[in-house]
Amino acid sequence: MTAPAVSRTWTGRARERIVRELPPDQMLPDRQPVYVASWIYVFGVLSLAAFLVVLVSGGVLALKGPQWWHRSTTGHYFNSLHLWSVELFMAFMVIHLWGKFFMAAWRGRRAMTWITGAVCFLGSIGTAFTGYLVQSNLDSQWISTQAKDGLNSAGVGAFFNVLDFGQMLMWHIVLLPLVVGFVIGIHILQVRRRGVVPPMEIDPRDLVPEQVTP
Amino acid sequence: MTLAPHDVTRVLAAPIDLNHPGHYVHWGVIQISVANLVVIGVMIVLFALAIFLPFPKGRGRR
Repeated sequence: MTAPAVSRTWTGRARERIVRELPPDQMLPDRQPVYVASWIYVFGVLSLAAFLVVLVSGGVLALKGPQWWHRSTTGHYFNSLHLWSVELFMAFMVIHLWGKFFMAAWRGRRAMTWITGAVCFLGSIGTAFTGYLVQSNLDSQWISTQAKDGLNSAGVGAFFNVLDFGQMLMWHIVLLPLVVGFVIGIHILQVRRRGVVPPMEIDPRDLVPEQVTP
Repeated sequence: MTLAPHDVTRVLAAPIDLNHPGHYVHWGVIQISVANLVVIGVMIVLFALAIFLPFPKGRGRR
């Protein structure tokens, strides 16, 4: 019996690698292990839902411009929607982090899931801080003048100028959301690939067979 | 009795008036606003409830 031919094209090799690393039957599972029936496992998807509201409300604010919410009640509503969805996103993400930390969720070859979650958390903090800077009010002025001293003392003030409104707006609505969104995508793919981490003392019979990891 | 527009606005406003400087708690070198302390407390309560509250059984679950 001959082995299947390895594709010589980059598209063929990429396809084979994607199918090997991300098997389609694991990407959209219709069953989950029984231990997932716990409220603590809900906070990951709550974070994701809040993140989608953050993106949509932020998208509306981007369409109308950074001053809109000062002179329009609808703008004020969307600004508040953006603020409170961010508050919920950060709170749900921290509770998700607490839950996963006490489960030691990096077990079972899930280190990359843990690392991408941590990077997403740090990126979200950076995005939130640049959000403070583009409120275009006294609060953002105060925060930017405080932040510039810290960043200048760290030697990054010339590249990351918190007093430059345009630069901070671009970081907040383009660069950082792209990074956070991309890392969230990798994080979800890792969860699908490795399965949801089981509790410490799980009965192996409760595991879905394809999600048993060595 | 009819309500004037400003009365309606007042009724619909946030139940807690946030339009004033924040209150702070000082404990040695630690200084934190009451608002942030309340948020952290609510998160800890939510975490504990998520651990201890039973999850509703759905149809067809293993």
